[in-house]
Amino acid sequence: MTWAPVVGIEVHVELRTLSKMFCGCAVSFGGAPNTNVCPTCLALPGALPVPNRTALDSIVAIGLALNCDINEHSIFHRKNYFYTDLPKNYQISQFDLPIATDGWLEVDTGEGPRRIRIERAHMEEDTGKSTHVGEGGRIHTAEKTLVDFNRAGTPLVEIVSRPDIHSAVEARAYAQELRALVVELGVSDARMEEGSIRFDANVSIRPHGDSELGTKVEIKNMNSFRSLERAVDHEIGRQIGAMEAGKPIVQETRHWDEAGGLTTSMRGKEGSSDYRYFPDPDLVPLRIDEEWIERIRGTLPELPSTRRQRYLGQGLDSHSAGVLASSDADLRSLHDDAVASGADPTASANWITGEITAWMRRTETEPGDLDLDGARLAEMVGMVADGDLSASAAKDVLDGVLSGEGGPREVAEARDLIQVSDRAAVSEIVGSVLADNPEAVARYRDGEHKVVGFLVGQVMRASGGKADPQLANELLRAQLSG
Amino acid sequence: MSLADLSITEAAAGRRSGDHSFVDLFDAVLTRANHTEAQLHCYLVIDHRGARAAAETADGELSAGTDRGPLHGIPIAIKDNMNIDGLETTCASQILSGWVAPYDAHVITRLKEAGAVLVGKTNLDEFAMGSSTENSSYGATRNPWDTTRVPGGSSGGSAASVAVGSSFAALGSDTGGSIRQPGSLCGVVGLKPTYGTVSRRGLVAFSSSLDQIGPLARNVEDSRILLEAIWGHDPGDATSWNGDYPDISAPRVDLRGLRVGVIDQLSGDAFEEAVSDATRSVLDGLSDEGAEVGEVSLPGFDVALAAYYLVAPAEASANLARFDGVRYGLREDGATSEEMMRVTRATGFGPEVLRRILLGTFSLSAGYHDAFYGQAQRIRTHLTAEMNRAYEEYDVLVSPTSPTTAFELGARTADPLSMYFSDVATAPSNLSGHPAISVPVGLDEGGLPIGFQILAPAFGEERMFAVAAEVERLVGFDTRPVLAAELA
Ligand SMILES: [Zn+2]
Repeated sequence: MTWAPVVGIEVHVELRTLSKMFCGCAVSFGGAPNTNVCPTCLALPGALPVPNRTALDSIVAIGLALNCDINEHSIFHRKNYFYTDLPKNYQISQFDLPIATDGWLEVDTGEGPRRIRIERAHMEEDTGKSTHVGEGGRIHTAEKTLVDFNRAGTPLVEIVSRPDIHSAVEARAYAQELRALVVELGVSDARMEEGSIRFDANVSIRPHGDSELGTKVEIKNMNSFRSLERAVDHEIGRQIGAMEAGKPIVQETRHWDEAGGLTTSMRGKEGSSDYRYFPDPDLVPLRIDEEWIERIRGTLPELPSTRRQRYLGQGLDSHSAGVLASSDADLRSLHDDAVASGADPTASANWITGEITAWMRRTETEPGDLDLDGARLAEMVGMVADGDLSASAAKDVLDGVLSGEGGPREVAEARDLIQVSDRAAVSEIVGSVLADNPEAVARYRDGEHKVVGFLVGQVMRASGGKADPQLANELLRAQLSG
Repeated sequence: MSLADLSITEAAAGRRSGDHSFVDLFDAVLTRANHTEAQLHCYLVIDHRGARAAAETADGELSAGTDRGPLHGIPIAIKDNMNIDGLETTCASQILSGWVAPYDAHVITRLKEAGAVLVGKTNLDEFAMGSSTENSSYGATRNPWDTTRVPGGSSGGSAASVAVGSSFAALGSDTGGSIRQPGSLCGVVGLKPTYGTVSRRGLVAFSSSLDQIGPLARNVEDSRILLEAIWGHDPGDATSWNGDYPDISAPRVDLRGLRVGVIDQLSGDAFEEAVSDATRSVLDGLSDEGAEVGEVSLPGFDVALAAYYLVAPAEASANLARFDGVRYGLREDGATSEEMMRVTRATGFGPEVLRRILLGTFSLSAGYHDAFYGQAQRIRTHLTAEMNRAYEEYDVLVSPTSPTTAFELGARTADPLSMYFSDVATAPSNLSGHPAISVPVGLDEGGLPIGFQILAPAFGEERMFAVAAEVERLVGFDTRPVLAAELA
């Protein structure tokens, strides 16, 4: 029997607003514990929440970018559970009436684009942070627990996909695409290592062709795209192994152990999952009207998926389009400017994702500091197309341009790299090379055609390396056969 | 007659004509408290130093020409579930013991701006859960008309203090009748304004969708002055009304042709005879002056109390979750943080609070949610619509405020349901969010006060005050409780 994995992903994105979701405290990372707090985010008696409009703008933007419906009416609910780092012992979240529903995100793992459906995106608030001190740092054995509420109340958007993801690779691609999207929107730093974007995966398997979903296992604690992919991959394998050994899959939450490369069952904290949701009576129902939605739509930047479509339309192949679409904004505008200045889009993209990226890495230069504009890149691409520069000479020219020696033609001339592609001039050199190498000519005529390579080399040497080798080859063969 | 027995209007006028100082008013109130607190226990704390300083400042300001209006220099008591910066807020619970509020409730800010002198914090049923002020972990408050009886609750400390003259007026909070019912039992005016008109910021939440702060005072005009000072939009409370407020500066009504609907469901055997008689005599008086009195049947009132006792505990179960020993208040030791929270809560909350948290948790639980909490919300919607329809035919609805006059201490403590029934006439207005006021209209044969309730549609405060003032005029109730009369 072959098995089909079914994966859904829940993403938590911390918004980079000025203030927290329901109070005026700043959203900031770091800082001495419990210094960025107020009566509301500490849940002091009598304190009340007031929603942050900017955070609501952000989730509307996310919803629109994910092709969701933005619901005119939505409600904040209380999600009740006791935990030391949850100040009110309930989280203000959303339940059956979230802000955004029914969207999709396009993902391409190299086998063509696929739409992963989005079930919902809702607004909630983050918790504080508990640190369990002593005896291994586990909650049940700790000597004491320290709690820092600086993060408590930070606006959080939860984005839930449908179980449309079919592999670990696709799970990673989805996560990367989603991260690129929120970064593009400017609503979050989305730093996995700081926890400002967090991914949980729901994994199940079913026999190929079955429509019924298998028992779902939630996996947590993946702190990089790589660990997300590894964790999903491992969990799929574990479940297949269990099924084939005749062991049932238990519905549970499992913890990804990065060092061990496996998932382990989480016991303890779970238990009851009855959150006793009910509408938060401290907050009035939210109304997001057409005007609000259109105002946000008007501020949306071009999104990675739209951009990829645009690049595909320029004739780029799927790989280059994908790489360029998710690359740095400065590099993308370099490409767009070069194309606007007449550069061939494929050549421009290849230079940017190839030589230019390699040069930046070598010299540790940031894209914003590149001494290259679209016009110069277009000029260089044009020189190669016209045969004025050989591919290898162009690399030298690029180095010169990036090193601040001037424009491409200027550098090519200064470094004496302009290719001789004048037919008559090259023909003349070919004639003299043939005259100087009668043995080689004789061997060619005896059928040893590979000797042409040697003769091309001689032409190049005679031209000081500037002859167009393609042209030299063509003219040599013509004269030898003549 | 002591200065402590003046109305706010009289006290304010007397200061401006030089008859007395604001410090004199505070001293009079303090003297009255000194004579009565041992018997009544209205206050959990009197802020001697702060209040005296405020009274002195008020005198100084007025002498210097700054007049902050009718509450300038007037001693006001505050129910101890509202935060005053620098004073403990206890909610009469052990779980908050030692917690000093670091900020003023919005109503406190407003009162300070109005120049009021905040005398101290008054006793209440723990977290405002109760109808007798017996559920205070600091001991019960007693009724100044008969100290063997309860003052009602949960704002019993505030109501008793206003009645006996240890304050000129007070703030209470009303979730199911917690201002109006003690007002009725103590013979003072108590009102709950339209939901959303008084900010709840700094009021320790019991049931957020029902809680409203309101005044307790010795007459309708004083209560109007106090409401005018504390209501208005507060951007710090998302449920605060941000539209037009009615003009209540000079409420007026012509009784001729006034359509008065008597709520059919709030009469009968469950209501004491003296209460029914007093209600009838008020209605006769209104009729005599030309009002059109009719009976209106509101079947929603038959199930409103049940709905109330599902909604309020449900919200309370979440609102009181924050009292866990982690950040403030009582903390009991536990081997784990979970155990610490569990033991702290089991120790810190009194039995009625625990009962309601359990009720609320249960009614929100999976499998019961729709049948209990969900059904209660549907009743609430239905009831509100029913009341709004009634206001198409009637200008005001009326009823007794409480089925009984003040009952003896301990009489209902063993039977929560009989205690809950105290709210039968008041809780519907909390569910609908409409305003309602209780006006004292007489005494029963035992000399205990009887309250008459006037209900108005949302934002109908102007009409509510006007009718209340007419009722007050008709009955001429100005009897001081025995305790105050002896001291005067
Ligand atoms: Zn805060």
